[in-house]
Amino acid sequence: MNRTLEEGMETEVLTARGVTRTYRMGEVDVHALRGVDFSLHQGEFLVLVGASGSGKSTLMNILGGLDRPTEGTVHFRDRDLTHATDRELTTFRRNHVGFVFQFYNLMPSLTARENVALVTEIARDPLRPEEALEMVGLKERLDHFPSQLSGGEQQRVAVARAIAKRPEILLCDEPTGALDYRSGVVVLEVIERANQELGTTTAVITHNAPISDMASRVVILHDGQVDEERRNDTRKSASEIRW
Amino acid sequence: MRTLDRRLLRDLRERWSQLLTIGLVVASGVGAYIALTATFRALDDSRTLYYETNRFGDVFATLERAPDAVGDRLAEIPGVTLVHTRLAASVRIPLESDHHPPIGMVVGLPPGGDAPLNRVRVEEGSMVEAGRSDEALLLEVFAKRNNLAPGDTIPVIMEGTLRSVRIVGLANAPDFVYPAPPGDAPVPDDERFAVLWMDQGAVSPAFQMEGAFNEVALRLGPRASEAAVLAEVDRILEPWGGRGAVGRDRQRSNFFLNMRFDQLEAISGFVPILFLGVAAFLLNVVLSRLVRLQRGEIAALKALGYHDREIGGYYLRFVSVVILVGSLLGVALGAWMGRGITGFFTQFFGLPLLEFRVPLETVAVAFAVALLFGFLGAFATLRRILRMAPAEAMRPEAPARYRKTLLEELGIGDLFGSTGRMVLRELGRRPIRALISGLGVALAVGIIVVGRFSHDAFNMIIDQHYYLATQEDVSVSLLGPTPERAIREAQAIPGVVRAEGVRTTPVRIRSGNRWRDIALHGYAEGSSLRRLMDASGRISPLPSGGIVLTTALADTLRLAVGDPVEVVLHEQNRTRTVPVTGLVDEMFGMQGHMRLDELNRMMDEGPMVSRLLLTVDPEDFGGVEARLMEMSRVGEITHKQRAVERIREVAADPQTALVLVLSLFGSIIAIGVVYNNTRVALSIRARDLASLRVIGFTRREISGILLGEQAIQVLLAIPVGLLVGRLLVSQLVATMDLEEYRLPLVITTETYAFAASVVLAAALASALLVRRRLDRLDLIGVLKERE
Ligand SMILES: Nc1ncnc2c1ncn2[C@@H]1O[C@H](COP(=O)(O)OP(=O)(O)OP(=O)(O)O)[C@@H](O)[C@H]1O
Ligand SMILES: [Mg+2]
Repeated sequence: MNRTLEEGMETEVLTARGVTRTYRMGEVDVHALRGVDFSLHQGEFLVLVGASGSGKSTLMNILGGLDRPTEGTVHFRDRDLTHATDRELTTFRRNHVGFVFQFYNLMPSLTARENVALVTEIARDPLRPEEALEMVGLKERLDHFPSQLSGGEQQRVAVARAIAKRPEILLCDEPTGALDYRSGVVVLEVIERANQELGTTTAVITHNAPISDMASRVVILHDGQVDEERRNDTRKSASEIRW
Repeated sequence: MRTLDRRLLRDLRERWSQLLTIGLVVASGVGAYIALTATFRALDDSRTLYYETNRFGDVFATLERAPDAVGDRLAEIPGVTLVHTRLAASVRIPLESDHHPPIGMVVGLPPGGDAPLNRVRVEEGSMVEAGRSDEALLLEVFAKRNNLAPGDTIPVIMEGTLRSVRIVGLANAPDFVYPAPPGDAPVPDDERFAVLWMDQGAVSPAFQMEGAFNEVALRLGPRASEAAVLAEVDRILEPWGGRGAVGRDRQRSNFFLNMRFDQLEAISGFVPILFLGVAAFLLNVVLSRLVRLQRGEIAALKALGYHDREIGGYYLRFVSVVILVGSLLGVALGAWMGRGITGFFTQFFGLPLLEFRVPLETVAVAFAVALLFGFLGAFATLRRILRMAPAEAMRPEAPARYRKTLLEELGIGDLFGSTGRMVLRELGRRPIRALISGLGVALAVGIIVVGRFSHDAFNMIIDQHYYLATQEDVSVSLLGPTPERAIREAQAIPGVVRAEGVRTTPVRIRSGNRWRDIALHGYAEGSSLRRLMDASGRISPLPSGGIVLTTALADTLRLAVGDPVEVVLHEQNRTRTVPVTGLVDEMFGMQGHMRLDELNRMMDEGPMVSRLLLTVDPEDFGGVEARLMEMSRVGEITHKQRAVERIREVAADPQTALVLVLSLFGSIIAIGVVYNNTRVALSIRARDLASLRVIGFTRREISGILLGEQAIQVLLAIPVGLLVGRLLVSQLVATMDLEEYRLPLVITTETYAFAASVVLAAALASALLVRRRLDRLDLIGVLKERE
């Protein structure tokens, strides 16, 4: 399944300009990001790679409205997120962003269905929890608690939870990081489906180089700066990936 | 161990606010214990020493009039080592400022003033000079309340004659510690009851008591039998109008003192245990969380070769610090409160206060018991540590198991939404903890109910006694039995709407070898101002043909309706036997009622009354009072409205203090429970909550999840707490069910509402304190690590 994005049609959904992020650690400053210019385009499947500590998570957290840059600006379409209040950021996340993290972050006291319902109850135009779980192939496990599911299954619940609100943007930070190959591929397939079937703009952080082959665009971070950016003319589907 | 100690400090510091709330609960418990125990001890010691140094008698008797020589016969009773006879006579003191003259008692002093028994202590001024009939020592509390000082002159009506008496000194005495005027209600009245000690030789002619006495106090030897002496005294005094000898336990002043002291002692053990129980529970909650967080560290310590003993010791020291700090605070609090309570009581009784100190052994007991409870709280945690195998502890803990709750199984789960379900399941996962927390909050509510109960009971007593049982506006005591004509005389006074008469006479009610000295009231059947009314306010007709006793009295004497009972008429020294025709469950528990005509017939007298009851047109009060005072044989005039105001005034401060202190205690418990539960819940669920924030939940929504759990507990606990309050109150009423006086079990809706609101407010405040921490939740941190 190959597709090329027409250059002129690209609309920027999220834009970062000159973003730096500095953590104060006692006496020393840790520069996690040092002037990043970056944008996420409508409908694309972006993969963000880079060495550990290069600032991938920091950047994604800033883009997703979990954190604020020390300097620079972030925009969601025309909206300035840089100076948004806490409340506005929460609303932004709630309405537009789906997150998937390495460690699933499910509610242990809720079943799979209820974990998804948690989001559908507060979203504007959600899928039904059952639909979302069906998309990730967990139709049979609706009423199981996270402790009764494998890691891969839990991560699929997390993906279902992320896509159930039909977010415009799906941000995944090492979604396969804690999974073995087989479960990892299943999760990637789900993310891919969301990108293609729902048209969700998707960004995936990964340490697995082969996953880059799924991307329409790959951005490489190095030491808090964008080091390289390339487009894949041919993309592989998740099922073709090997690592 | 030094590193561990440093870590101990860090562990303590990280949780200081939680530990503080627990420390406060400990402090309340220890404080209550210290305050009550030390107060009891201080008062008891003061009293003992005071009695000793001022030679309080062992046996007391009053009589009509006997020549001094009878005293010598009393001295011959085996076991009696000392006899002191004296004159004691009622007088009226028409202070100018006062419409309504205080009642007084003139008590004779031997030449030189140094009585061998019931010695009078001059606190200010000097002793009465021998031979002077116009000098007196005045009861110190009365003088203080009425702004009288040595050098002042007061008017005293003795046997109808007005005299001027100069106060030379202020004094107190062991037989008047609790200044209760002779009369019905056991309300001490230091403003309206005066004792005047005067030179007996000089003053006795005014009462036609030369060479005679009407009161006697005896000292017994160490092996004397009080019962035998009492019987003998009664036998000797019988021809002289003896009214029944009593021991210290029934001496009027000492009796009321005992009553108060017993109440203190009864609650001093019970209250602190409740607090320490709560503290133990809270320590358990905090510690078990701490150990869970430090699971890995404990495993590492074990792997490094630390013994279980050393690791367990670490947590015991943790607990000990909290307990010790709390106890220290409690000792300070207790000493402070104890001083306050003691001060109040001594002032109230005019009991000269010895130095107030907290006995060392009380402090030791408090610390020991508090530590015990602390260790109790740590017990479960220690057991878990000991059971933890090092290898097991290194692995992450097995995930918590959640289940659908019963409510959901029943199919009503959908009402709650996902967040509601999280709350329910979290509660369902730790039902025992939720239950104990709920009980803690309930206890807090209960304690506050108890605090305000005294207020309710007091109002109830006042309502019952002064407004329902007694309907008159003014009550006039007459100097002895007076022909019924006095009623018509009073009725004729302009402004008097209605006048009725009552005859009250002191009697001894005897059945077999049990007896009690009581007041017997006679009033006309159909009287509208005095009616037979029980504690619940029910009014019943006064039956004819016998005597009606209070249930308390009948129980004490083991009497039932229909039984014959002996009535010893103290005024006449004769004994009659009459049947018991009825029982009435009154609040003031020891008295009897009869129809007036039957009482007079029993006494072989014509229509006589000893007290007038009047309803008066409010506008004419002044005039009526002036006219009454002109009437002969008028003793004290009691204005009901003023009497009630006065009693309310006396009671207001201690009642407010009690409500405040117990509300504070209740709040401390509520805060301790809610704050710690919420903090622990936050610690357990910070990760979940942060994850929710990440996916777009607002702060308000996640606070709802965190605090909802607490809210449900508190809301469920409050009604239970109201029940607990009622239970505590009935317990209290039972321990205070004294012969003479019964507390009614009434709790008003306002009291319930008050208790519920205080606890709600405390819970809300603690929840809000924790909520602030939600704002500082690290959203990004939780994404990085696996739990
Ligand atoms: N809360 C923090 N306080 C201090 N320094 C931080 C914090 N979070 C991140 N950093 C630092 O910022 C830099 C970038 O961190 P970031 O988590 O963005 O890296 P990453 O590219 O996601 O790495 P990895 O692939 O290991 O997840 C690192 O040097 C890290 O140590
Ligand atoms: Mg990262």
